Amino acid sequence: MRPLPIIKLIFASFVVIFLLGPLVAVLPLSLTDSVFLNYPISGYSTRWFKELVTAESWRLSIVNSLLIGSGTTVLATLLGTLAALGLRGKRASLLVSTLRTVFLLPMVVPAVVLGVGMQLMFARYGLTNTYLGVIIAHTVVAVPFVLVNVSSALQGVDVRLEQAAASLGAAPPTVLFSVTLPIALPGIISGALFAFATSLDEVVLTLFVAGPNQRTLARQMFATIRENISPAIVSAAAVFIVGTIVLSLAMLAIRRRMA
Amino acid sequence: MRPDLSHRLKAALLLAPLLAFMLSFFVVPLVTMMKSAVSDPVATEALPRTARALSGWNRTDTPPSSAQTAFADDIRALKNDEQFGDLVRRLNSAQSGFRSLLGKTRRALDGSSATDLASIDARWSETSWWVTIAEAVASPWTDKNLLAAIDLERDAAGSITAMPEGASANRLIMIRTFVTSALVTFACILIGLPYAMVAASVEGWRRQVLLGAVLLPLWTSLLVRTAAWYVVLQDNGLINATLKGLGLTSGPIPLMFNRLGVVIAMTHVLLPFMVLPIFSVLIAIPRNLMPAAASLGAHPLRAFLHVLLPLSMRGVVSGALLVFMAALGYYITPALIGGANDQMISSVIAYYATGAANWGMAGALGLVLLAMTILLYAVYMRLTVEEQRA
Repeated sequence: MRPLPIIKLIFASFVVIFLLGPLVAVLPLSLTDSVFLNYPISGYSTRWFKELVTAESWRLSIVNSLLIGSGTTVLATLLGTLAALGLRGKRASLLVSTLRTVFLLPMVVPAVVLGVGMQLMFARYGLTNTYLGVIIAHTVVAVPFVLVNVSSALQGVDVRLEQAAASLGAAPPTVLFSVTLPIALPGIISGALFAFATSLDEVVLTLFVAGPNQRTLARQMFATIRENISPAIVSAAAVFIVGTIVLSLAMLAIRRRMA
Repeated sequence: MRPDLSHRLKAALLLAPLLAFMLSFFVVPLVTMMKSAVSDPVATEALPRTARALSGWNRTDTPPSSAQTAFADDIRALKNDEQFGDLVRRLNSAQSGFRSLLGKTRRALDGSSATDLASIDARWSETSWWVTIAEAVASPWTDKNLLAAIDLERDAAGSITAMPEGASANRLIMIRTFVTSALVTFACILIGLPYAMVAASVEGWRRQVLLGAVLLPLWTSLLVRTAAWYVVLQDNGLINATLKGLGLTSGPIPLMFNRLGVVIAMTHVLLPFMVLPIFSVLIAIPRNLMPAAASLGAHPLRAFLHVLLPLSMRGVVSGALLVFMAALGYYITPALIGGANDQMISSVIAYYATGAANWGMAGALGLVLLAMTILLYAVYMRLTVEEQRA
């Protein structure tokens, strides 16, 4: 009818290709049998996936990422959920909005700036080159995601349900653990997943705070791209992309089930 | 009154752990960084007696003889080699030659009670060395790093002047950071605004696909996206191979380790932060506005320019602030995709901190970056708060 829809279609397709193309294009290279990251692929093999689990540097970094990611998830989810409960139902006052801003600020402050400060301060307390130090650093940037997710989940909890439970004789802790938290669980779980993903992807703070023993997968990928790029990086990327899709589907499934 | 009080107490107890955590591991590190930018405690801590002896000196006459005695006592009192090393580095960076002078003086003073420094080395009778010491011990605070962060310094008379040409590139790097961030923001508007408009104009699965294409990269690891661009943009990567295969180019076009590659990769990473705010503004616009404009006789282009575009501006401004703010502090993408001439302020901060162990400069540049980011964030918050009120 008019040329506009066709232009729209072409433009939108170009942007979608720009957004998704690189991610899709890179995946087949994870199965190359050559040491170069080039097309055309001469032959297929799983050697680079094997490299991920057999080469010491990759294996160690995967184990480290899982350890540090789990630690961060537990700490961030605990602190974030408690704070979200504390901030719940508060009328907007200067104190509340200041607290909220401070808690969300780690999303805004440039990672390098925070990294320099953490390295200086952590060195003073012997936290550099320790797992605890890396977990703490990751938790600082992961907590905002937990807080946002849990807060919005708590907003959806009907206060009358809690009042009903209390009027039937449930003690406050019973109300919290049997009514409030189960209803808010999807928010808590997605907050925890965000915290884990944040830790998994964190590079800059890790560069400043971690030692060679705490080298994470993201840090290892950074070094590989920078120093000697090899198809192992694409295999790691493929694992990440598949993991992202699985996690997003899991999150959707949880939301749908709980809704 | 009582239930309200217990309610508040409960809220405070719930908030306390995160508050304590954030104060200790977010606020304190930032304060530490800022302090390192302006503190210069080495000389004042190592030379307390000298500091007192030189406090009344006008820095042009011969220094008081008490200063020589005090200095000798201070040096003898320095049992800690690390502290002595810090002092040597501090003074030598202000005036080269202090390394040999202090080493010689310390060896001569060791185990002797001599106070006549000029007999150890003739340089102690020159005023210039004492001026440097007097400046170093005058205060544990300094504005040297902050001035150096914007290519300024203090001259001999103590007034602020520009550093000589070529002595420092910080201003150049800041301009480069601004230009790159502005280019990325501009590219994001150019692509993101029409894309959000298309996404808002369709419905059903088409909209889901268009939004999914924005969200999926957002959820994908930043390193994965950077690695993907590395593979696509390299000299024998997909784009160059395609161009060559089509016979459009004979040799590879350099797409990586230059500004173009950095802008492409950063635009890809930051585009969702432009599309999503614009989209959320656009879907809130009543759907009958454009038909209304048309029914009043406005040409579609005119209706677009006078109705849709002004209404979407709020989203564009929010998105632009978010993108520009994030781009200013970017480290990973320029570090991996950019060349030596594309490094932004974050890379310089990282170099000073991890490469040169110059915490003063790392802190000063970090302070500049932090101030710019917080300023932009404050503007952004103000805009969104006004939006909520409106």
